[in-house]
Amino acid sequence: MDHARAPRWKGLTGLRPFLRPYTGRIALVVALLASQAAGNLYLPIFSADIINNGIVDGHVGYIWRIGGIMLGVVFALGVVSVVTTYQASWVSVGVGADMRAAIYRKVQGFSGREMQRFGISSLITRNINDVGQVQIFVQLTLTALVIGVIMSAGGVILAVRESPPLSLLLLVAVPAMALVIGTTLALSLPLFRSIQIKKDSINQVMREQVTGVGVIRAFGRERSEQNRFRGVNVDLAALRLRATRIFAVTIPALMGVLNLSSVGVIWFGGRLVNEGSMPIGNLIAFLIYLLQILLYTLIAVTAFTQLPRALASADRIGQLFNTVPEIADPPRPVVPATVTGTVEFRGVTFGYPGSERPVLNGLTFVLRPGQVSAIIGGTGSGKTTLLNLILRFFDATTGAVLVNGINVRAQAAEQLWSTIGLVPQTGLLFSGTVASNLRLGQPQATEEQLWHALHIAQARDFVAGLPGQLDAPIDQGGTNVSGGQRQRLCIARALVRRPPLYLFDDCFSSLDAATDTRLRGAVRAEMCDAAMVVVAQRVGTIMHADQIIVLDAGDVVGIGTHQQLLTDCGPYQEIVASQLGEGAAT
Amino acid sequence: MTRRNQHGRAHLDRAGTGPPAGQAEERRRVLSQLRAWSRPERSQLAAVIALCLISVALLVAGPELLGNATNVLFAGLAGHQFPVGETKAQAVAGLRAHGQGPLADMLNAVNFIPGTGVDFARLDRLLGLAALVYALGAVFGWIQGYVAAGIVVRIVYRLRRAVEEKLARLPLQYFDSHPHGDILSRVTNDIDNILTSLQEGLSPMLSSALTMIGVLGAMFWISPLLAVAALVTIPLTIILTAVIVRRSKTLFRAQWDRTGRLNGLVEETHTGHALVQAFGQREPMIEEFGRQNERLFQVSFRALFLAGVILPVVQFLGNLNFVVIAAFGGFQVVTGVISFGAVQAFIQYSRRFTIPLVQIAGQVNLCQSGLASAERVFGFLNVPEEAAIVEGTADLAVDAADGTDVGSAPAEQAPATPRLQLQHVSFRYDRDAPMIEDFTLEAAPGQTVAIVGPTGAGKTTVVKLLMRFYEIDGGHILLDGVDYRDLGRHQVRRCFGMVLQDTWLFGGTIRDNIAYGREGASEAEIVSAAMAAHVDDFVRTLPDGYATVLDPAASTISSGQKQLLTIARAFLANPGILILDEATSNVDTRTELMIQDAMVRLQSGRTSFVIAHRLSTIRNADVIVVMDSGRIVEQGSHQELLRRRGLYYELYNSQFAETLV
Repeated sequence: MDHARAPRWKGLTGLRPFLRPYTGRIALVVALLASQAAGNLYLPIFSADIINNGIVDGHVGYIWRIGGIMLGVVFALGVVSVVTTYQASWVSVGVGADMRAAIYRKVQGFSGREMQRFGISSLITRNINDVGQVQIFVQLTLTALVIGVIMSAGGVILAVRESPPLSLLLLVAVPAMALVIGTTLALSLPLFRSIQIKKDSINQVMREQVTGVGVIRAFGRERSEQNRFRGVNVDLAALRLRATRIFAVTIPALMGVLNLSSVGVIWFGGRLVNEGSMPIGNLIAFLIYLLQILLYTLIAVTAFTQLPRALASADRIGQLFNTVPEIADPPRPVVPATVTGTVEFRGVTFGYPGSERPVLNGLTFVLRPGQVSAIIGGTGSGKTTLLNLILRFFDATTGAVLVNGINVRAQAAEQLWSTIGLVPQTGLLFSGTVASNLRLGQPQATEEQLWHALHIAQARDFVAGLPGQLDAPIDQGGTNVSGGQRQRLCIARALVRRPPLYLFDDCFSSLDAATDTRLRGAVRAEMCDAAMVVVAQRVGTIMHADQIIVLDAGDVVGIGTHQQLLTDCGPYQEIVASQLGEGAAT
Repeated sequence: MTRRNQHGRAHLDRAGTGPPAGQAEERRRVLSQLRAWSRPERSQLAAVIALCLISVALLVAGPELLGNATNVLFAGLAGHQFPVGETKAQAVAGLRAHGQGPLADMLNAVNFIPGTGVDFARLDRLLGLAALVYALGAVFGWIQGYVAAGIVVRIVYRLRRAVEEKLARLPLQYFDSHPHGDILSRVTNDIDNILTSLQEGLSPMLSSALTMIGVLGAMFWISPLLAVAALVTIPLTIILTAVIVRRSKTLFRAQWDRTGRLNGLVEETHTGHALVQAFGQREPMIEEFGRQNERLFQVSFRALFLAGVILPVVQFLGNLNFVVIAAFGGFQVVTGVISFGAVQAFIQYSRRFTIPLVQIAGQVNLCQSGLASAERVFGFLNVPEEAAIVEGTADLAVDAADGTDVGSAPAEQAPATPRLQLQHVSFRYDRDAPMIEDFTLEAAPGQTVAIVGPTGAGKTTVVKLLMRFYEIDGGHILLDGVDYRDLGRHQVRRCFGMVLQDTWLFGGTIRDNIAYGREGASEAEIVSAAMAAHVDDFVRTLPDGYATVLDPAASTISSGQKQLLTIARAFLANPGILILDEATSNVDTRTELMIQDAMVRLQSGRTSFVIAHRLSTIRNADVIVVMDSGRIVEQGSHQELLRRRGLYYELYNSQFAETLV
């Protein structure tokens, strides 16, 4: 299944590729349901037989014989329906699992921009809860809807067989029922969409009130919060009331249509019978089938009650599949001849669409292998954005970013990333063990290699002290080790990979000064051929770098060594003065 | 783990089961509370039940009327075959004579007059009546659904409101000691679940149950013996359903567990999305997801299958019912116990009896999970509340000074700054562990007090006591000489403005978030506060500027920028006393420099308490309070404390000096 090239997902049509692998099973379910329907429709015929041949002739033996056959049919029906349930459950749960896998794969191909746009919690909801809603709908469709439709259709066919002239009544009744179902759905679907939106916002207000209880009380805003909530709550209740009231019409209206039809059947049928153009037995049979149609239409309608929810969820899932990631591999990726770790920015400008001011503005510089290059600047000066451009998490608005001598846009993303060792700002670890985290980018690394990386990252001692050492468990996010330890493990993780280019995103901040110095010394000695890019806020961390790039509000305001910048870069002097004291800047 | 499970439960609860057994007492309490909540709807509920009764009665009467109509038709047809003037007895005897005994028996049961055709006037009257009965049944059914919808929506609306109002009355300690995920789940997921159960469970269950009773009555009316024979399958249905529900409960629990784990994997790998990509882990993660997804598939398939079997089982028993009636009933007709028409009607009724039975089997699960949610919501509503305080038993000089709330003083106007005294204050979260002990401090108007100390020394707790988020256990806190105990909470809090560690912003525009500081602030005031906090600079780089909506899920702005926004909010609030709880720790030094500059201006004429880890913030403080284990161990200026070479000297060297290395 290539979902990237799948047609635009609208409503439930996007389900089609997910149902395709189950075509055989779905056909089987439909066939089984059809045989169930046939059995159920035949039972009244048997009972008619009992009446006509057994009772009328006073044949007790015949009654018991047909009764026995009916019993056999009932048991067979029971077995068939259990098999049907098995297959239908397999299909619906399978479709759900396939959708989850496809969504996960799709999201893994997203760039940072798309992740930001959807938000992590929304992506989780779509991947799990929304798929669950669709799964329930598939299950209901395969059971209630299909059997309902088959039984109703079977009822119509048998009714027509009993009396074609009376069946003209069905020409009124069936469209009337379709009209009832269609109208209630058409009226309620937009309402259910609005309800979903209101529900999201009421949950958001609740979330804010729980997480922000301190601030709300500090500003004495309990009253205004209550009003904010009340507004959404009233809106939600009003929408819900309208939607449920519309749905309240459905069942009584359907029953009304069919019950009135049966009255009509006797009225017209009575006259037909009186004229002698129809036997009275057919009239009674016709009534039984009409009742059958009613009951199974009601069962089919239960599937429709899930439809609004399923549609809303399908829309939210569809939005994911319809998203074309802004960053995609080129059709013919270029593989760099040599991977040296060189990074070059050529007039790179980056801005969010529609913003008044670019985040980065006309950046031009080269970061060379064997050198430590530092990026320093204030919050919002664009430091992390710069790293994201090297990683091609974002594309430059204008200009070109070259890694290993080739424009990042011309390279395959996996190829580009395989040459980079990233140490993120938040020391993020995955649940597992120390070893599984260290091997993240290099699954084949030996234990010696792991210990070596830990040694350089100044983490050898504390890992050696953990129960289980390399096999010590790590909780999700690495919350069971301290911030400094986390950071050092993240550094070791990048080192295990031994790439030609290292990106350190302000990752020395939670280390104490002595460890920081030792670590930087060890890394530098070890990685003498690699290009190292260090983003920092502390001057102390980067003052010995070979090249310091000073960013201010998206502009490069100075490039040089510490000494050079101290003499000719005003913003750098300001930073140094604020951190090291007035004396250090001169 | 709790939170993860809740993600999974949100959609699976519908198929779920109730709480563990042995909680009958709890269940009764929940039911009685549910009754209390529906008390305002008593008259409406009675109306629903009455409407339901009427509609069920009408719908049960319908087939009977149609049966009578059929008899009229049948009688007419029979009468038509015999000459006028012959009596019914003669006609029947005639048939017997021609060897048509059975037909004669059947006709004998019908009330026909030989020679007379179908009595169309009577037939049409009966049909008209049936049409009316059915139409009224539908109308009453609709009105019942209409009224019931209102009841459910109103109950849930009030429940939601009560829960929200409860939030404002809970002591802060509740929020500190309960996971936010759990509280949130109760006020959102659980309430939604109650709504679903009431709407799709309770109301249809009522009509299902009444229909069953009505149909059962009709069956007994026709033939008690046949009715008893048909009823045999009902206990069987209930037992089988109960067995399946119990079995599937374990499987559903396993399904929630697996869903929770999968949820966790998605959350973890999406949070580390950039890392997963940069380390070339996309394919391995997709494979891992596939493995866990497969396990979820296995368990949820089994759960769904087992739960799905309930329906075929009930259907099977329904069919069994039908066969019993057809065969046994037929036997009885032949042996002359009941009439032919009676069996016909009986079959009709037994069909109408099976449908509500199937529906109820499905709704039991729904109601159980609804009750479990109700238990959690009521548990939340029953949490003891913050002690009520009569607002404003004493007057504050600062309140009187400008005649309005301090909080709504225009930003340009100098704020009133009360004198703040803490006298031998003691406080404990936990009876056995003192948190703050014998804490005495005085802050003169306009002073800057820096509070420093190691983690866990009680710095944040002092702030919470100052804000009166907690009531102190001993000593006094005096605001302009008036004890906190004689003041309302709002009176106290109006004097303070705070910038907290956690940068809480709500999902509104940047403009509204700044304006949160003070109700009714003008656009010019908002912008000037934004400029003072250096928010204006980055806001102008955003596509929508001040109208940018902050989405809590997406990181529209960085954490440092959020920090700046909360500072702008405090600027706008223009309070007499400022509390800065590590407020600038997320801001880099260059920005901090700019903030400091603005802060100096802001702090002039204001008392401020600063909890900071930064040297630059502390150096300018008038008084530095060094805390350790809930006590003040040192107090003085930066230079004095350094000379003393005590705890401050140590802290200073380990925490603040490294930038000088």
